Amino acid sequence: MKRCIIKQILAVCITLCAAQATFGAEPVSKANSYWLPLAKDELHDPADPALHLLQNPVKALSVLPRDGAGDQVNWVKALDNNYINPRINLRFNTQVEVLNLDILFPDTNEMDMVNFPHKQHTEWLICSNCHEEIFKYKAHATKFGMFEILNGEYCGRCHGAVAFPPTECSRCHNVPRTSTAAPAKAN
Amino acid sequence: MKRQIEYQQPFFCHLPKWMILLALLTLLVPSPVLAEYGDVVFNKRAEKSGMRPVIFPHWFHRIRFKCNVCHTELGFKMRAGANDIHMADIKDGKFCGACHNNQIAWGPGNCNLCHSGLTGLKSGIRGGNTTGGPGKW
Repeated sequence: MKRCIIKQILAVCITLCAAQATFGAEPVSKANSYWLPLAKDELHDPADPALHLLQNPVKALSVLPRDGAGDQVNWVKALDNNYINPRINLRFNTQVEVLNLDILFPDTNEMDMVNFPHKQHTEWLICSNCHEEIFKYKAHATKFGMFEILNGEYCGRCHGAVAFPPTECSRCHNVPRTSTAAPAKAN
Repeated sequence: MKRQIEYQQPFFCHLPKWMILLALLTLLVPSPVLAEYGDVVFNKRAEKSGMRPVIFPHWFHRIRFKCNVCHTELGFKMRAGANDIHMADIKDGKFCGACHNNQIAWGPGNCNLCHSGLTGLKSGIRGGNTTGGPGKW
C-alpha cells in the first residue's frame, strides 16, 4: 500500500517535471528572459568599467528565429532566411562549398537512425574543420558513440557548446527504422 | 503451461523513505532554464597577470563570421583550452588580433572590453553540455 502511494507521488512528480520541461522550454510570456544581461550572467564582472559598451545578447538574439534548446536561436534558420549574413572569409579566398549529401547512420541500437545532413553543416563550416581530424572522409570509417559525443568528442565538439545540445535526441535520431527492425513482441 | 512472469520491483522501492522524499522534493524545485551561449572563458594567464579573465561570446561573433573564419583562417582549434594565446600574438595580428586591430574591431588597447570576466572563473566553455552527463565542460 505504502509503495503504491509512493509510486503515485513519484508519477505525479515526474509528470509535473516533464510538463515543466516541455512547456517551460518555450514560454511565450517569458520570451526574452533567457538572455540574461551581461552584468547578471555570472561570467561578466559588473564592476568592469567597459561592460556597458558591450552588446547584451537579448538585443541581438531576440530578433533571430527561435529554438527550444541551446541558446534559443535556430542558427540554421537564421542563416537560411537571411536574418544574418556572416562572412565566410577574412583574408583568404575561401569559397563556400555547400555540400548536399546526407549520411545515414543505421547503427544506433534501439534509437531511430541518424541522418547527418552535410548541407546545414557546410553552410557554417568548410571540409577541413571536421575532416579528417575529427571524422574520416570515408563514411562510417570513424567509430563513435553517444558516450563520446556527451564527452564533447565528435559531434559533441559543437553540439552541446555552440549548436543544439545532445539532449535534443530526435533532431539527429530522426529516421525511423523499417518494420523489420521493430522490436519483437514479448509473449 | 503458463510462463511464470518475473516481476522485479523498481529500484526505488528498496530505498529509505527519506531518500525518496528528498528526490521528489528536488524534482519539484523549478530549475532555471539556463541560456547556452557557448561563451568561452580565457583565464590561463589573465588573472595571474593582474587582469580580469577574457569572455569570448560565440553568439556575437557567429552573427558576423562563419565558424571557419576563426576555426580555419585564424587557427583556433575547436576545443576550449586547446589554444595557447598570448597578448603578444594578438598585438601581432594573430588569433583575435586578426580583427581586433582598431580597423575591423576594437584594438588590443581596449583592455576592459575583452578582459571583462569575474575574477576566479575557470577557463573553458560555458553553457555547453546541458545533459549533466560525463561531459568535460
